[in-house]
Formats: sequence, structure tokens, C-alpha cells
Amino acid sequence: MIDLLNALVLITNFIIVPAMTYGSQLALGALGVTMIYSVLRFSNFAHGEMMSFGAMATILMTWYLQGQGVSLGPLPTALIAIPVGIVATIGLVIMTDRLVFRYYRRIRAENVTYLIVSIGVMFFIGGLIRFIIGPNDQVFTDGQRFILKARAFKAMTGLNEGLAIKTTQGITIITAIIMVSFVFWFLNKTRTGKSMRAYSDNEDLALLSGINPERVVMITWIITAALAATAGALYGLDKSYKPFTYLSLLLPIFAAAIVGGVGNPVGAILGGFVIAFSELTLTFAYKKFLTYLLPDSMAPSGLMQLLSTDYKIALSFVILVIVLLIRPTGIIGGKTL
Amino acid sequence: MSYLIGKDMTGGYGGADILHGCTIGVEKGEIAVVVGPNGAGKSTAMKAIFGMLALRQGHVMIDGEDISHLKPEERVIKGMGFVPQTNNIFTSMTVEENLEMGAFIRDDDISETMQQVYDLFPILKEKRRQPAGELSGGQRQQVAVGRALMTQPKVLMLDEPTAGVSPIVMDELFDRIIEVARTGIAILMVEQNAKQALHIADKGYVLVQGENRYTDTGAALMANPEVRRAFLGG
Amino acid sequence: MTGQGSANRYRTALLFSAMAVLLALVGMIQSWNVAFTLLNLCLISAIMTLGVNIQWGYAGLVNFGMMGFTALGGLAGVLVAVPPVTEAVAAGGAGILIALIVAVITVIAAVFIRRRCAGSGRRQLWATTLVVVSGLVVFRLVLDPAVSIIEAIEPAKTGYLGGLGLPILLSWIVGALMAAGVAWVIGKISLGLRSDYLAIATLGISEIIIYVLKNEDWLARGVKNVNGLPRPVPYEVDLQAEPWLISVSEYLDISVIDASSLIVKICYAAFFVVVLAVLYRLAEAALDSPWGRMMRAIRDNEVSANAMGKNVTARHLEVFVIGSAIVGLAGAMLTTLDGQFTPASYQPLRFTFLIWVMVIVGGSGNNAGSILGGFLIWFFWIEAEPIGLWFISAITAGMADDSWLKAHLIENAAHTRLMTMGLVLMLVLRFAPRGLIPEKKR
Repeated sequence: MIDLLNALVLITNFIIVPAMTYGSQLALGALGVTMIYSVLRFSNFAHGEMMSFGAMATILMTWYLQGQGVSLGPLPTALIAIPVGIVATIGLVIMTDRLVFRYYRRIRAENVTYLIVSIGVMFFIGGLIRFIIGPNDQVFTDGQRFILKARAFKAMTGLNEGLAIKTTQGITIITAIIMVSFVFWFLNKTRTGKSMRAYSDNEDLALLSGINPERVVMITWIITAALAATAGALYGLDKSYKPFTYLSLLLPIFAAAIVGGVGNPVGAILGGFVIAFSELTLTFAYKKFLTYLLPDSMAPSGLMQLLSTDYKIALSFVILVIVLLIRPTGIIGGKTL
Repeated sequence: MSYLIGKDMTGGYGGADILHGCTIGVEKGEIAVVVGPNGAGKSTAMKAIFGMLALRQGHVMIDGEDISHLKPEERVIKGMGFVPQTNNIFTSMTVEENLEMGAFIRDDDISETMQQVYDLFPILKEKRRQPAGELSGGQRQQVAVGRALMTQPKVLMLDEPTAGVSPIVMDELFDRIIEVARTGIAILMVEQNAKQALHIADKGYVLVQGENRYTDTGAALMANPEVRRAFLGG
Repeated sequence: MTGQGSANRYRTALLFSAMAVLLALVGMIQSWNVAFTLLNLCLISAIMTLGVNIQWGYAGLVNFGMMGFTALGGLAGVLVAVPPVTEAVAAGGAGILIALIVAVITVIAAVFIRRRCAGSGRRQLWATTLVVVSGLVVFRLVLDPAVSIIEAIEPAKTGYLGGLGLPILLSWIVGALMAAGVAWVIGKISLGLRSDYLAIATLGISEIIIYVLKNEDWLARGVKNVNGLPRPVPYEVDLQAEPWLISVSEYLDISVIDASSLIVKICYAAFFVVVLAVLYRLAEAALDSPWGRMMRAIRDNEVSANAMGKNVTARHLEVFVIGSAIVGLAGAMLTTLDGQFTPASYQPLRFTFLIWVMVIVGGSGNNAGSILGGFLIWFFWIEAEPIGLWFISAITAGMADDSWLKAHLIENAAHTRLMTMGLVLMLVLRFAPRGLIPEKKR
């Protein structure tokens, strides 16, 4: 019995909690990407940099607040700063749409053109960020580090294995739940949200119904910017902020959106967690876990690892490629090819 | 003068003209049907009346008012409803959401109108929480018509509503259309199934190569031996 | 028509002359060594752009996997030219070979099973998964011990299998072939995807390739890098002893070291120019041929081309393979120039997206445009740092020396090149979407 509990705690500590956190970050990112895809109908390669921008704006605000002596007690000061980050990102994104993307909507450009344009946007915003905040690592967390410490857990339960939950992990998961719920409520219960879904479903019919396309586009960008800024800031809080990591986050996010079903908000969330859990479960060394569960004679000697930890991120690419080839509509089935 | 009329319409999609001085009109509570061979310009005439293509000559009037320069969205506000032939519902949204979207331009309380639509199409009430894409062909057409009715139009235009449905479903659809006309709405319908359509028509227009060839009541056209030979299979 | 043609040729000549002037300016203002380094990398970039343009300009394919093909070319350099580590090969070579055979068998079996069970979706999924997973397990069982043996042999100096010890120039061809082979596999499975999916898939696959190269030390030492690759040109040190070099350096009034390094760079440049010229001739010939016309017909209207019986998929695969092979060739050339193989240096920004900027700016569908684009964009990518620095220093000259803003601006001046590239790409796409040298009307 004790062994079973130990095994469960082990899995919770090393797989479930990190996967929930990482999955939340991916889900937020994928939700933004999928919304842009379903309304504006292109894959926004600049999304990673938009997340990075949101994180940067949050960091700058956090530094300012910290400089003013503002603090949120056990919680990171950044929480207050995130709304500012969101507003800044919204501004950036709307300006980009106005100056760059809107022209291509007007000339009814091909899908590929938007793709390449978004590369240009990616370069520009990326350079802008590095120019403002520099390319180095920035740490901006403060407040209590752990909600639950491993040692405290072990003392409470008397188990061998400890369970630690970082404050940032808890915040990420809770914030993600709040934001995702809001987005879903908005899309399903409000008139504007429904008009966005209608526009994504059948553009001609939506126009016929009197739905204003520019308004739909703007609201989509606003929501996406909020999601991107939050995801970026949370990721930076949890790990640390380094501008160039966000380009490498882009692929897992695309993977999450596609795996779940591009254009489908529920799919984006699902995809995020599928990717996160796959990455962690397939690269975990199950030696200790199996040692707890199996009788002593059958205890494994090797690490019992299916794939080495180095391949963690590569795994999301592999899953992405496999899904693209076998079932491009994704698990739930969003828009087809 | 008809309540809705497209008079002496001449135009096309940019290249050659498809319509050559064609006139189509309908009264309130009346069912007018436009039939003719393939390529005669039936759908084109309807799209012209709705404003989806620009006319070189001729104009469109509703209740005496010239609306030839208005965009389709603006004509909806003037009281026109349009049911396209294909892609005429939001497949990923529920039946009820489809109706809500139909009434998008309205900002008053739409629940009464929705109830009227449900009374007209009881099956829609039954399936109102189902995604419209999961319904059968005939039911989807009912959703499409219901969607167009949500703006409380004075004229309802249908582009080949029975295309691709079975004969039983077609009969049911026509029954519904008659009910709609009975509420005082003018119905203008383009149809491929000429015989069945003319059967319920108060007025019929036979278009050939973008021109009016025969114009008469539905019954008269069905009795006309030339029309029968050419379009109704004898 | 002739008027337009000659106007275009005049414009092309003008643009290339401008490019030459820019390089000469660098030589005079900074140094000739810098200018020739720049020239060599411009040449390589031009070749890469040529390869990408064949896929994009001829066929409208969006390939974001250039980074992977370049790395494969570099890998060829290692596998061909480095002397074999005999001990490692003897100890673990067989194991690796068996593991690779297992992998190939697994893949073939998986494809076979997939086809056999094509009727029942669920059975197909289970059967394929079973085959793949068991294949993976066996693969690991065979591979891991072999890998640990190999990597244990002198990890500081070698720790890998080594290569074939053949002349490095051969690796250029091998690199192209390896890239072609991998491109064939990738193309076979993913060319059916729509453009942005293809872009994402190729990006993902190239990341996987780099990942493997970074982590599989037994192959090419992973992040420990392979240094000291043999080269096809003389070593500077050897040159410095030559009397003719010493007299040249005296004549030009530069140090012997500088002169030797200059000569080496010029030698490389000569090689690269020959390769570029050959490729350009071939590419132009292809464009004018019936094959080229067919490619353009397919690109402009795939549906009718298909209806006319042209095998669009096969043509796309051809173009994908050829273009990627050229990128692989360039990758091998780059590694030869560097003299070392550094997997970590293959970043998507520099090797994939920057090349795309080159293609778009130069002129999609035009080979001369690609070369110009390669030169121009690479030039500004490198020169943006000194130019940006100079620019910002000029602007901030009025500011106090200890101003935080001034220090910050100067420190981050280098990052303006990202912004500039983005701006250039967006401006070109908006105002000159066909590029500097648009596709010729044929």
C-alpha cells in the first residue's frame, strides 16, 4: 500500500504537475494560434514573438513595481503586471494588423503570402524585443517559491517520495483555467463570440448576415494577444525569460494546435495537454516507479526510459509530423486541409 | 407594380452579359418561380436582384424604392431575405445559433420571431441544440430558410432550394414554402424541378439565355404545350 | 518584348555592379580579409537561395527545413573526410549497422502492415503501433550498448565512429546526395500537405534532424563538435613560409599572416564561384527547357495541369529533391569553409528564415535574382552590426557619455539587424512582391 502511494506521488511530482503546467502554457499559446487560424486563416509564425513581447512588457512593469516597493506578499509581483503586458501586446498586435496584415486581406492574398509576411513580422518584433530588453536571461519572480515543499509533504504524509508544487506552477494552471473558461464563455454565450464562430465557419454567409469582418478580426487579435501575453509571461515566470526561447516554443504550440484539431478551441486545449503529457511520460525514467510497484525480485536494473530526456522537445515535433501525415484534422477534427 | 421587381436587368459577372433585359417581379404573399434550362441565367437574375453582381442596365425596386445601388447587407435591412443554394448554414453551430445569426442585424428581442420559425418548422425546434451540419439534407434546407426568416423579411428569395433532395423532402419543403407565403411574405424562387415548382407558383417566369421567354401564372405555363414540350418533359 | 528583356538585363547588371561596389567598399573601409570572408559566405548563401528558389519559384513549395539539409551537408563533410576511428569502428560499428538495419526493417514492416490493414482503420492503427513500438524497443536494445562502447573511446578527442578519410571535396557531392535522399523521404510523405502545413512539417523535421545530430555523439560527436576537418586549399601556416607569398605581402603592404589568409580565402572563393556558375547554368537551362515550362504550368494552375495528365506529385517531388540537394551541397561547402562541424550553430533563424528573406527580396522564380538576394541580404545581415553601430553612435553623439540610454542603445545596436531584416521583408512583400529581379516572362 505504501509502495503504491509512493509510486503515485512520484508520478504526480515528476509527471503530472509539470505536465499540467507545461500543458497549460501550450494550451494558452495554441488557443491563440488556433483562433487566428480559424478567423484569419493563416498560421501566424510571429506568435512566439508576440508571447515574448507580452512577457517583456510584463517584466518591465514588474521591475518598475518592484522598484516602487510594491509587492504581493507570497505571490509574484508579476501578477499585477500581467494586465499591463496584455494591454501592451494588444496594442502591438492591432498596430501590426493595421499596418501589415490588413493590406493582404484587402487584396485577397494567398495563404502562403500571409505565412511569409508573418516571418517578417517575427523578425521585426524579435529584433525589437532584443533591442529593448537585451538578449540575456531575465529573472523576475519574487514572492514565495513553493506552495508546497517536498520536505513538508514528506513530513505530513510520512511517505518516502516528496511532492513539491511551485507557486508559479499553481499560478499557471489557475490562470490558464480562468482565461480558457473566459474565452469559451465568450465564444459560446455572447453574440460577438458567436459571430466570430460564424465568420470562421462560413465567411460568405456571415457577411451576408451583416457580420462586420473587420470587427471580428480585431476582436480575434485582441483575444489572441491577451492569451499570448499571458502564456509568455507565465512561461517566463516559471522558467526564466530569454528572448530567443520563444521561437523554439513555436513548434510545440503549433503541434498542440494541430494535434488537437486546428481551428477548434477545444482541440487546442486538448492538444496542449496531449503534447505536454506525451513529452513527459515518454521520456521519464520509470525505474523508481517500477521498483515501487513490482516485487523486489522483478525490480528493473536499467533506467527503463523509452526515449532519452534530450529528446523531450524533439518528441513534440515527432508527434506533430505524425499527426500531420496520418490525421491532419487532429484528434477532435478542426478545419481540414 | 410588383412589390419587388428587377426590371430590364442586363449584366454579368464582368465579362460577357448573362442577362439581357430580363424582368422578374413578385407580390406580397405570392410565390413567383423562375425556371429555365441550364445556363439560362436564373441564379444570375436572383443574385442581381440581391445585389451580388452589378447591373449594367436596369434597376431593382422594392416597395417603389430604387435599391439598385445598395450592397446585399443593406438590402437585407430593406426587407430582403436570401437563401443561397449551397453553404447556406453554419454547419458547426447549433440550429438555434444559426437562427440567432440570421437575426444578427436586429437588436430587438428575437424570441418571438424564433418561436414563429419553430412553429413553421417543428423539426427545427426538436433539434435546436444539435449542430446544423449533423442534420439531413432536407432539414438543413429548413435551417437555411429559417435563418433567412429571422430578419422578418418582406421578400424571401430562394436559390434552388430543392437541389439534391429526395422527392418526398421536396414536397415537404414546398409545403413549408407555401406556409411562409401565407404569412404575407413574397417568395421568389429559382428552381430546377420546373414541374413541381410551377405547380405551387402564382407566377412563373421562364428564362432562356438571359431573357424572359414566357411569363404567366403557374397553372397557365403548365398547360402551355410549348412550355411543356421544352421544359416539362412533354 | 526585346525592349523589356534588355531593360531587365540592364537592371540586373546594374544591381550586381552595385553589389560588387558594396563589397569593394567593405574591403577598402574595413579590410580585404573581411571583404573576402563576406564574399565566400555570400557565395554559399547564393547557392542556398538558388536551391530554395527552385522549390518556391518554380513550384510554389514552401520548405522551412533548410537548416536540416544544410546540417546534413555538413555531416557529409565529417563522414567523408575525417579519418576513421578504427578502434570505435571495430568495437561498435557492427552494432550500429545492425541497429540501422533493424530501423529500416521496422519502417518497411510498418508501411507493409499499414497497407495490408488498409481496410480496417482501428486494426491498422493497432498493428502499426505494435510494429513501430516493438521495432523501437529492439532498436534501442541493439543501439544502446554499441553507442556506449563507441562514445567511451577517448570521448575528449573522438568518442565517435569517424569518417571514411576521403578528400573533402567529395563530401560536397555526398552532401548533396544525402540531402537528396532525406528530401526524397520527406517529400514522399509530406508533399501532399497544404502550404502552411508543409512549412510546419519541414520545420519540425529539420528540428528533429538537428536534434539527432546534437545528441547522437557516436555519429558526429554531437555538441562536442568535430574540429580540424581536412581542407582542399593550403593552410595559412604553410603559405606563410612560401617566398612568393612574402613578396606579395610586401607589395600589398600587409602582414604575411593577412596575406596568407587572403590567399586562402581567394582559393575558396574560386571553388565556390565555379560551383555557383555551374549551378546557375544548369538552373537557367532547366527553366528554358520543356521541363521548366511544365513546372511553371503546374505552379500557375495545378488543377488544369492535373486534368491534362501531368503527374503533379512526381514533379513536385523532383523539384523538392533537387532544391534540397543544392542546399545540402551548400551545407557541405560551408562546413569545408569553416573547417569544423558545429551542430549547435544550425539555427532556424539564420539558416531557414534568412534564406527565405533572400529568395523573396532577390526575386522569386528568377535565378539571377536568387543570387543577388543571397549576396545582398547576407551582406546586410553581417554589415548591419557595424553600420547600425555607426548609425546609433552618430545619433547618440550628442548624448552625455554616461547616459544609460546611450549605453543601452549602443549595446543593443547589433539587434537592429533583426528588425531591419523584418522590415525589408515586409516592405518587399508589400511594395515589390516579385522581388528585385522579377521572374522573366518567357
